[in-house]
Formats: sequence, C-alpha cells, structure tokens
Amino acid sequence: MKTVEEIKASIEAAVPGAGVEIVQNPGPAAQHSLLLTAEKAVEVAQFLRDDAELALDFLSNVTGVDWLDKEITEKVKVTRTVAKTVDGVEQQVEETVEEPRKRVEPGRLEVVYHLYSMSKKHGPVILRMRTGNRTDRVELPSMTPIWRAAEFQEREIFDLFGVVFDGHPDLRRILMWDEFKDHPMRRDYVEPDDYDYEPTPHDEVLAKAKAHQEKLAGTAQAAEGDAAR
Amino acid sequence: MSPVSFKLAEMESWNRPPVVEPHGEGELLEIAMGPHHPSTHGVFRMDLALDGERVVKLKPVFGYLHRNHEKLGEGHSYLASMPFTDRLDYFCSLTNNWAYALAVEKLAAQDVPERAEYLRVILAELTRFQNHASAIGFLLQEMGASGTPLMYAFREREKILDLFEALTGARMMCNYMRFGGCRVDASEDWLKQTRKVVAGLPAFVDEFEAFLQTNEIVMARCQGMGILRPELAVNAGVTGPMLRATGVNYDLRKVDRYGIYDRFKFRVPLGEHGDIYDRYMVRMLEMRESIGILEQALKDVPGGPVMDPKAKIRNFRPKVGEAYGRIEAPKGELGFYLISDGTGNPYRYRVRPPSLINLTVLEDMCLGQNVADVVLIFGSVDIVLGEVDR
Repeated sequence: MKTVEEIKASIEAAVPGAGVEIVQNPGPAAQHSLLLTAEKAVEVAQFLRDDAELALDFLSNVTGVDWLDKEITEKVKVTRTVAKTVDGVEQQVEETVEEPRKRVEPGRLEVVYHLYSMSKKHGPVILRMRTGNRTDRVELPSMTPIWRAAEFQEREIFDLFGVVFDGHPDLRRILMWDEFKDHPMRRDYVEPDDYDYEPTPHDEVLAKAKAHQEKLAGTAQAAEGDAAR
Repeated sequence: MSPVSFKLAEMESWNRPPVVEPHGEGELLEIAMGPHHPSTHGVFRMDLALDGERVVKLKPVFGYLHRNHEKLGEGHSYLASMPFTDRLDYFCSLTNNWAYALAVEKLAAQDVPERAEYLRVILAELTRFQNHASAIGFLLQEMGASGTPLMYAFREREKILDLFEALTGARMMCNYMRFGGCRVDASEDWLKQTRKVVAGLPAFVDEFEAFLQTNEIVMARCQGMGILRPELAVNAGVTGPMLRATGVNYDLRKVDRYGIYDRFKFRVPLGEHGDIYDRYMVRMLEMRESIGILEQALKDVPGGPVMDPKAKIRNFRPKVGEAYGRIEAPKGELGFYLISDGTGNPYRYRVRPPSLINLTVLEDMCLGQNVADVVLIFGSVDIVLGEVDR
C-alpha cells in the first residue's frame, strides 16, 4: 500500500488545489492522517473511492472529536525603548526582552473518517476535516453521497457534537430525541438541572427538577423584591 | 389518496433506497413497529408506511437504550472502561473486550504473551459459536417456530456460558481481557472441560442442520427475501456474516490477521444471493469453521504467563497519539478509536458498532416486501440494541 505522502501526491495530481495536509500521529500506532479542506473534500473522497490503485471502497468508521479553546503561553521577543542611565547620562536605549504572552488557539470540531479497501484489502487511510470554530461555523460537507456507510454515523456526529453536514440526505438527531437542544459529546457539556424535557421524569430526576423550580422561584422573588425597592 | 413525498428520491445518488410507488387508490397506513414489538429484540422502532401489506417506506428510530457510552469512556480511566464494553453487545462480551484491548495495545505498543493469545482465540470462537446459534434460533422464532429451535440453541449456549463462568466468574459480563493479556489463567481442568464441550458441538450443528436446512417453511420464507446487492453492502459499510452472504470475501481474521489467526487453517464461507437464507447458511458454516479453529487452538495451548509482566495496570498513561483497532466480532467489524492526550483517561473514546451500521441498509432490503417479512429481514441482520444505541 502507498504511504501517506504518496497518497497526498496522487491526490494533488488528480484534484488540483486540493490543499491536503498530513497530520502526524506521534503515538506508536503511527496511523497518520490527511487533513482535507471543506471545499475540495467531496472531490478528494470521490477520487479515493474510484481510483483503481487505492480503491478505498469501504468507509469503516466516522467520528467526531471536540477540541476546546486552548490557552498557550509562549515567550515572545519584544523590542522597546527604555530610559536608562549609562555612565551617568540618561539615554534612550533599545532593549530586547523575552516576555511571556498568552495566546488562545480557537477550538474546533473535527471529523475523522477511517477508510479501507475491501477489493485490495489494504488500509487504513484516515481523513480529517475541521470546522472553523465550535459555534457558528460548524458546516462540513457530507460524505454520505460517496459512502453510504456515513449516513447514520454522520447523523450521530450531528446529534452528539453539533457538526452540520451539507448534502446529507436525512440530517436528524439519531440517539437523542428531536426536542433536545444541546450536544452531549462536547467536552464542555453540562448536564442541565431542569429536566423539563425528560419524557418520563421520576425519583431523583423529579427531585432535581423540583429543586430547580424552587431555585427559579427564589430568583424570581428576589427580583421582585429588588423591583419593589 | 394521500400522496407520499419522498425527499430522498430527489437525490441523484445511486446508493439511496429505491422509491416504491403505491398501487391503486386508498390511503397509506403509517404504523410504528416498536419500541415494544416482540420482534425487535429490545427497544427499537421502525416507522413504516404500508400500501396494503407492502412496505413503501421504513425509517428506523434509535436511541431508546442510549447511555452515552462514549462519554462514560472519556470520564473513566482506560482500565475502568473495560467492564463497560461488556454491556455493548451483551451476547458477545469477550469479543468486545478483545476489540478494546487490541485498540489500547495498539495505542501503547503493548505485547501480548502466547498463552493469552490462545485463550483469546478460544474464547472469541466460543463466543462466535454461541452468538450464531442464538441468532439462528431467534430467526426461527420470528418465523413462527415459537421457542423450540431457540431452546435447542440455548441448550448449547448454556454449556458455553458455563465455561465462561468457570473461567471469568460471569456468564455474560465477563470483563476478562486486559491490556497485555488476560485477567486470570485457565486451569488444565478448564481446558479439558472445554475440549469436551467442543467435541460435542459438531453433533449439535448436524442436528440443527437436519431440522432446518431443507425445511419447507424456512426455504419458502427465506429464499429470495431481503436481497442485498454486494456493491451496496460494501458502500454502506455492512460487515460480518451479512456482508459475506452477498459474496464479498472480507473477514478481518484473514485480512488483518490480528492476534494469532494466521496460525489456524479455516475457510471463509460466502453466500451467493445475499438473501436471508444465505445469511442463515453463512452463520451455519461459520459455526463449523469456529469448531475447526477451536480444535486447532485447544490442541497446543502453550504454557507461560497470561499477562505481559511489563504491562502497566495501575497508572496506565499511554503516550500522546491515536489508534484505531478492529476485530471480526460475530456481528461484524467492531472497532475502537482512541485518542490519548497523555493523561490516564482517553481524550476520545469511540466505538464503531457493527449492529448500527448494518442497519443502514434495512430500508433497502425491506422496501416492496410484505410487512410480515420485515420481521424476518430484521432478524437476519442480527443486532443487539445495547450496541446499536450505546
């Protein structure tokens, strides 16, 4: 089977402007992956499936990964002018110092596809796609028209991670119920305490919901008190 | 007359379910089959649109048993997730254990000693045998043979579950494999008992075959029903006996040769038509091949430890990286995808469930058939809801 570098080269030869990058896997499994751009992803996928040598006809696994905003502290060299007394004379001197600076790398949602070939019996080739951020730019192209195997798995990612797949024929929630609002597999998901939407509230859930209602009533009362004053 | 709009039909893709036009006048009957229908093996619903007896639309509805298994995996250490894998496909907890252990061993470059590899193969093939036997029993149950064939299968399954209990302490929730081996060693006595049980299995398969293979009702209801084309099966990611019944030769025991499967001689049974009968036959033949593997494996189980002495159990922290490990579980390809961020818990823990993905083509197989056959077609897929919903 071709190496990731060779696959990248053949993709670039077949799909101009594909913009494929290799994502290294530092672990001992060393399953490196190819990062696709959203614009060219479907074209690249079609090439991978139909190319006679690669013939990646079997999409085994589709999954999402949530990467939160990451705060990175790094040292940056800064040049500035400072007033200094040199040999008893006050001078303006340029000085370079290293300063720690915090940078926030924006979070994103990632979708990972594991491809194998049933006819050639090789694999895996791993594809990744990344969304712009985690809130409003979460659209990615759907692979369901290329591999039907993605149908339920992309629905699951839409349900649990909140990635919206363009071109998916039937994008609905699959495991959670339709009225559910959040995406439970996100790293920062907080279990709600109201359970208004729970289909059959009981015992503990009911107690929690009651506590929540009381809390709400308490805040409402306090607000009323504020208004009266 | 109510016109049914098929949004899917507007798609040009060839791999969509075909559009079935209702005949004649009259309204379509929309029914929800499940979530408490006896044929659904658990809590699963199919929303059907019927034109008389004929199915013109079928939408599966999942999630009744959803526990967010993957989120649980992220909140626990690698080892603590092992007992949870038992609860995925609760008929085959040992193959679930193996798939997860294999993925973690890939992630951490962990070796497994000889004896443990042999024990894993023995347990996996016993699991496959009892799964296929019960799957056929359930299929017969759905055909109207109430109870009897299923009890024949369960009689054999009972013997195998007794073996599991003797070795692991549990009949179904075995929690037996570890990263770098197995939890406890098998005694000579256990191996002897296993040899005895395996020696009795061919007689059971013969008996089962004599009853079913040329049974008029089985043939009438299974042959030519629920046909799946090989190109669609490959494209839709269908794996396991369902894929091989369409004639595609893809068995991970041969392709990946994980564990020590390259040491055993066995054949991969293939179907020809991709109908229910082929799926039934492939399972029947796979049981025979499993017996062959068991006989070979039980002949020369080597001595030695069952755990790699260098394996880390406590404070297990694999290096940063990711790994995808997969095995041929009885129901199809079971995969685990893990991302490690260097801490004791996986950053991402994903299960590739064969049961869920094999259901992708359920609508394609059922359209245009009678509603009574939907029960059979669904039964021939062989799913466990614990794995579908996770």
